[in-house]
Amino acid sequence: MKFLFAAYAATWIIHTVYMGTLARRFNRLRNQIREIARKK
Amino acid sequence: MSLLSGLLGNIAAATLSKDVRLEWRSKDAINSMLFFALLVVVIFSFSFDPNAEESRRIAGGLIWVGFLFAAVVALNQTWARELRNQVLDAYRVSPAPANSLFLAKALGNFIFVCVLEALMAPLFILFYNLRALGPGWQLIPIALLGTWAIVVNGTFFAALSIRTRSREIMLPLLLFPISIPALLAMVEATTDVLSGEYSARFWIALLMAYDVVFTIASLFLFETVLHAE
Amino acid sequence: MKRLFPIFAFITAALLSFALYEALIGAPTEQTMGDVQRIFYYHVSSAWTAFILFFINFVASIQYLVRKNDSSDRITNWIVIALGVITCIAAYVVHLPQGIEKSSIASTGISVIALYFLVRKLFSPDNVDALAVTTAEVGVVFCTVVLITGPLWARPVWGIWWAVGDVRLTSTLVLWLIYVSYLLLRKFSNSGQTPKIAAALAIFGALDVPLVYFSIWFFRTQHPQPVIGDGGEIDPRMLHVLLLNWLAFSCFAVMICWARYRLEILKREVEETLALESLLEEPRSIR
Repeated sequence: MKFLFAAYAATWIIHTVYMGTLARRFNRLRNQIREIARKK
Repeated sequence: MSLLSGLLGNIAAATLSKDVRLEWRSKDAINSMLFFALLVVVIFSFSFDPNAEESRRIAGGLIWVGFLFAAVVALNQTWARELRNQVLDAYRVSPAPANSLFLAKALGNFIFVCVLEALMAPLFILFYNLRALGPGWQLIPIALLGTWAIVVNGTFFAALSIRTRSREIMLPLLLFPISIPALLAMVEATTDVLSGEYSARFWIALLMAYDVVFTIASLFLFETVLHAE
Repeated sequence: MKRLFPIFAFITAALLSFALYEALIGAPTEQTMGDVQRIFYYHVSSAWTAFILFFINFVASIQYLVRKNDSSDRITNWIVIALGVITCIAAYVVHLPQGIEKSSIASTGISVIALYFLVRKLFSPDNVDALAVTTAEVGVVFCTVVLITGPLWARPVWGIWWAVGDVRLTSTLVLWLIYVSYLLLRKFSNSGQTPKIAAALAIFGALDVPLVYFSIWFFRTQHPQPVIGDGGEIDPRMLHVLLLNWLAFSCFAVMICWARYRLEILKREVEETLALESLLEEPRSIR
């Protein structure tokens, strides 16, 4: 039973971490875009 | 020389003979490969200290891992040499077919690695007291096919990795994952011949398939890679 | 398109929760393995999703190289159609080993054609490369899930974490290694030529897959391993849950790919703008 929960938890941890990195990259990009807009 | 150009075409033959002559005079690649492989033999023999039965089981793996690492030394130099004086750019603008350059480079590396293997094999046999229990002659086609498998992919990936930031690190990172089936085939075939338990025929067939697939793929894609900007 | 994303995300979340419920509670408990068998619903559906993503990466890489040039594009289209048709015909002509359905081979052939032309229709020649990055990255994420849930299943069932000779698990590991090296190549070379060399590597990687599979398959026959069969027929109720999970994870993968693809396109636009700006600014500074 604990292996079952470990596997399901691991799956969602991996996906959450990946979604987190995606969100971080989106934020960084948004800041960059804002900077470009300000320069103009 | 004329026989060579008849077989390969003028451009490939010229490039090949230039590379071989350069290597003959400087002996850069072969010396570093030889010393590297020697170190591998010595270090492995210390760290395992095997008896005859054990060494028969692990020798295949040791030999080929050693040669693979040593071959990377030569493969890294393949294109780096041409980069220095913009020879590669000159090649790119010339009308010469890209594939003959690739073939010449791959054959050159093949010759260097084969020389290395011919020199190192006796040493391996001495250090590990090897004696083949299976048909020993099969080791020759295994070595030739296996070397071509490493070299054809290695030459191609060396051309890929010269376009990246840290090229010397990049080549093994690209080459090793792709050559896992070839390496597995070489190691298993050698072990089969040495231990005489199984026939190595399937592995030789797999190596042949690997060589054919990747030689064709390299010839198809090399022009794109060479002319990539 | 932008407004569709939250709706799609909501549907995906609902599907995933329903699939999770079905996998944990709805599906019958396996007799010999017990509850641990339920890992299988996540493991297998992630594996299928990862393989499809890698296959799309292969298709996108081919298209990136081929569509630069009209004649090679046309030739490749015909080759794809021919391959699909030959597969369909061969499925019914060639004598197949026991356990492989003729119709499944034929439908694979048809779906390969469909997928190729779908990608061709949906993505412009410049954007297929962004698709290739996206699918490779998301594929590696799903493949990681497969590689972690695999040992977690193997440990209680076979008593070992990892069986070197297990064909599917080990080939998946090699596949993972190949695509990680692909992502590394893309990371280490950021210039105009990256897409081309990355596409070349992706094609090499895809060609390697059958060789990897056969080599490990034969390796296993020489090195006896714990026998790991499929366990024969699968209970229809279990199959139903598996397919539901697969559908949910495919939707999830599409969602993640969608976000990753938008990120890639935006990133390229920003890079282009920055490059353009630096070009425009230079004369002013000289003056």
